[in-house]
Amino acid sequence: MPAMGVPSQSRRLSEGGLVDRTRSLGFTFEGEAYTGHPGDTLASALLANGVTLVGRSFKYHRPRGVLTAGSEEPNALVELRPGARLEPNTRATVVELYDGLAAKSQNRWPSLAFDVLAVNQLFAPIFGAGFYYKTFMWPSALWEKLYEPAIRRAAGLGRASRLPDPDAYEKAFAFCDVLVIGSGPTGLIAALTAARSGARVILADEDFQLGGRLLCETDVIDGKPAATWAQEKVAELSSLENVRLMPRTTVFGVYDQGTYGAVERVNDHVPAPPPFAPRQRGWRIVAKRSVLAAGAIERPLAFANNDRPGVMLAGAVRTYVSRFGVAPGTRAVVFTAGDDGWRTVEALMRAGVDVAAVVDPREETPPLQSDPPRAVLRGSVVTRALGGHRVEAVEVRDKSGRLATIDCDLVAVSNGWNPALNLTCHHGAKPVWSEEISAFVPQSLPPGMAVGGAAAGRFTLKEALADGMRLGAAAAQEAGFAHTPPREAPAVAAEERSAVSPLWHVQGGKGKAFVDFQNDVTTADIALAHREGYAAVEHMKRYTTLGMATDQGKTANVTALAVMAELSGRTIPEVGTTVFRPPYTPVSFGAMAGHSRGKDFRPTRLPPTHDWAVQNGGVFAETGLWLRAQYFRRPGEMDWQVSVAREAVTVRSAVGVCDVSTLGKIDIQGRDAGAFLDRIYANTLSTLAVGKVRYGVMLREDGFVMDDGTVARLGPEHFVITTTTANAPKVLAHLDFCRQVLWPELDVAIVPVTEQWAQLAVAGPRARDVLQKVVDRPRDISNEALPYMACTEVTIGGAAGRLFRVSFSGELAYEIAVAAELGDALVRALMEAGADFGIAPYGTEALNVLRIEKGHASGPEIDGRTTLRDLGLAKLAARKKDSIGRVMAARPALVDADRPTLVGLQPLDPAHKLLAGAHLVTTGAPATAEHAAGHVTSVAFSPTLGHDVALAFLRRGPNRIGETVRVVDLLRGSDVACRVADPVFIDPKGERLRG
Amino acid sequence: MRIKCPYCGERDAQEFSYRGAGGLQRPDPDGANAQEAFVAYVYLRDNPAGPLAELWYHRAGCRSWLVVERDTRTHAMAGTALAAPLDSD
Repeated sequence: MPAMGVPSQSRRLSEGGLVDRTRSLGFTFEGEAYTGHPGDTLASALLANGVTLVGRSFKYHRPRGVLTAGSEEPNALVELRPGARLEPNTRATVVELYDGLAAKSQNRWPSLAFDVLAVNQLFAPIFGAGFYYKTFMWPSALWEKLYEPAIRRAAGLGRASRLPDPDAYEKAFAFCDVLVIGSGPTGLIAALTAARSGARVILADEDFQLGGRLLCETDVIDGKPAATWAQEKVAELSSLENVRLMPRTTVFGVYDQGTYGAVERVNDHVPAPPPFAPRQRGWRIVAKRSVLAAGAIERPLAFANNDRPGVMLAGAVRTYVSRFGVAPGTRAVVFTAGDDGWRTVEALMRAGVDVAAVVDPREETPPLQSDPPRAVLRGSVVTRALGGHRVEAVEVRDKSGRLATIDCDLVAVSNGWNPALNLTCHHGAKPVWSEEISAFVPQSLPPGMAVGGAAAGRFTLKEALADGMRLGAAAAQEAGFAHTPPREAPAVAAEERSAVSPLWHVQGGKGKAFVDFQNDVTTADIALAHREGYAAVEHMKRYTTLGMATDQGKTANVTALAVMAELSGRTIPEVGTTVFRPPYTPVSFGAMAGHSRGKDFRPTRLPPTHDWAVQNGGVFAETGLWLRAQYFRRPGEMDWQVSVAREAVTVRSAVGVCDVSTLGKIDIQGRDAGAFLDRIYANTLSTLAVGKVRYGVMLREDGFVMDDGTVARLGPEHFVITTTTANAPKVLAHLDFCRQVLWPELDVAIVPVTEQWAQLAVAGPRARDVLQKVVDRPRDISNEALPYMACTEVTIGGAAGRLFRVSFSGELAYEIAVAAELGDALVRALMEAGADFGIAPYGTEALNVLRIEKGHASGPEIDGRTTLRDLGLAKLAARKKDSIGRVMAARPALVDADRPTLVGLQPLDPAHKLLAGAHLVTTGAPATAEHAAGHVTSVAFSPTLGHDVALAFLRRGPNRIGETVRVVDLLRGSDVACRVADPVFIDPKGERLRG
Repeated sequence: MRIKCPYCGERDAQEFSYRGAGGLQRPDPDGANAQEAFVAYVYLRDNPAGPLAELWYHRAGCRSWLVVERDTRTHAMAGTALAAPLDSD
């Protein structure tokens, strides 16, 4: 409850409105405490407390108040909430009031009432349209140091909190037959009509209370006040099981095949979301049909100082009076060029607000349904607002040119309404100008969408209700539901008038006449753009920045087009209009990202031995989605290189174990499996004997190497292949493509089994000793029974497994596979069995050292730009059969003898370190690009050899074994003389792995 | 965007991977001008503003390769079919 001494809501009317007067909510603005009621927006609560100065403008720091009562608000932007939940540029007109709300104005310094930078107004001549382009051009060195920082301080909007957002966000999908966007008269009756036919209906509205304009008007429908009628219809809708009501939900974009983007503000109306609840939810709503009933947005009038706090759209004045029970002023002047503004006169009179005058440029005005105001000035215009921090009077000019001053603190302005047709344009359609209503109306619509009511330019309540019934019925029928005979239309007053003769620019007033309030664009700026040749609509927009603020010019664009049309002697359709794109209103990054942030940005895959690795000193790194152990730190090992060297030496001298489950594993079966693999791999696999394994390389169709791995034949029609960790999904998609698209006639079935198997490499001279203790007898795994590149099915403690005698390290080595859930037990069993032989686990770093020592290509070498020849594997390619990439691999440039080819490098001075990425330069040549002869791909310190070894691609490499080259990295300041060597540094004859 | 998979029904496009134009015939690798034919097959594509038969892979679904008839101007989809006819077995 509010503290004692908080000012009362002096502008709250004694009765009326949809706020709950039985309860009070305390909030602060600029540190001052106020109260409001449930049902208030921040704007209505501020106005109820007589607060009219809410912010400072973007460029000139002019005082600004509340212009609208909706999401189109350009002026009343605040920083909502303190600390990490701070949300800048929040429109006070759509912020639902809650107890404890704290808001600050923005873009003011040092305070809202006294803003030093308001002197920008005095320098206004240099801040006109295009000032960025003209004023700060020279000298260019000053731009970064002086101009830009100064402009950034002076101009701009709210600040970000710079703290991590503590709240959660969600993404969700919804499906329906009919999506109704907007819950005014058209939307409510469209939703009801569609729902009664059985269709699944979603009714979404950006407001927290459903009912749209019906909440703001004093119309009578079926003998009831409009707001009451609306609440009854909402209650009926919420009682229907096939209807989902989504208040606080903005449908911001229309996408393909009936997909709509929406954001639901689930917990923006409380200080912090409850535990486990999101702040906002980003929706994708898929609808067979949609009815756009988004209403219309009123246009302001362009006269001098039309931005003074207290100047407000006439429809918004009505909203504050009727929906919120607030008088936005005590003495009003209504300035309207259309009949609709006269409804505001009536609303103000009924609420007991003094209306000093109604000013209408037209001679013919509608009859009043209320007591008359004190003065009715036809054929007259307001030329200027007077006053500083708020409007104090207006200057009025009658048709004879006589000026008069009328005191007031509220100016309600209306220049007609623009249909809120933005969503109809999201597939690229441009709206068309309607002379009849002086506004753009939708032309072609996105597939499945219908538009009705004010959004279609049919402004009367009768038209809105009729549209709703018609479109709701049609949408349900088109979505496949039986036609239900229409009910009788709700009864409304016989006659409504909505004529308007827009007045785009009141000439002659002294002072700035604003068109785009948020970006501080005036009629003079548009005139300047016209004089300087930026008369095309897209040029004008970019030159003046009109419509480019966060409100996207919802209250500005049409007025600007009309002013430009007048200036250039064209019609509005000739000037044309800019394009509406999603989102309709700003959408937070949180709602778009959902849970995908931080550690949850993407999934983490854990190998089967992960828990065991954690318990045994594993230090992990992300490799793709996988978290793999890089190395296993032992107590006392302070440097990772010490651990890695120990692991590599252990494999070369005793035995090591490494989880290689992340390699892609694909099971391939079928009568044509061998023939299929022959077409996939560059080498021949159909000749592989059952129980044997062969290394295979597959090319892309363009002839470059795609991936490599092993192919094991488990049966006449059964193979299992491995892929590299990184390429597993790509290879699977490729195999599926080849089987389904290229060769559907082959009898082959392909199943990815990566996650079904735990696969551990056991490598080192004692590998067999370890396995013999683990593999169930009587299976013979001696060198004779299971030689190098053989495979067999085994059991381990009774569990089925597979044993492959393959080696990446160059040592006697095996890969043993069991069901994934047994991987943890297997690694523990291997460690126990290997204890006597000095077994140690090794990670990806040692794996890398071992493979570089053996000259095995890996990711850095198979980088998508290398051929079989480049990798020294030309002999592997089968000549007699076709396979993917064979033809293209023979292109002249790919078989050029001058291509960089895989070699080994070792520094002449064993103490010198090498760097991956360094360039190779022939000794004696300068280290310039034209003398580059290749580059280093992989480097490791070989603990076995006692110096660095590297793999590199060198032009004509194999012919240069024994030569000396410079290995140069100018960025990191390294220049090392190296001897070109065979890439296989250890055991080039391969005796160890056959042992 | 939504794509109608013959097995899985209409699904969000984020479940699918795009490959490119469909209906391409892999050239005869032993043909007279095989290399030229393959260059065209691998690199040369029409870029129509209008209907295009294209290949999509239901990566996060049934793993079917689909031929999707899509209008590149409007994203309107005239139809989807399995790239591999069902009677191929």
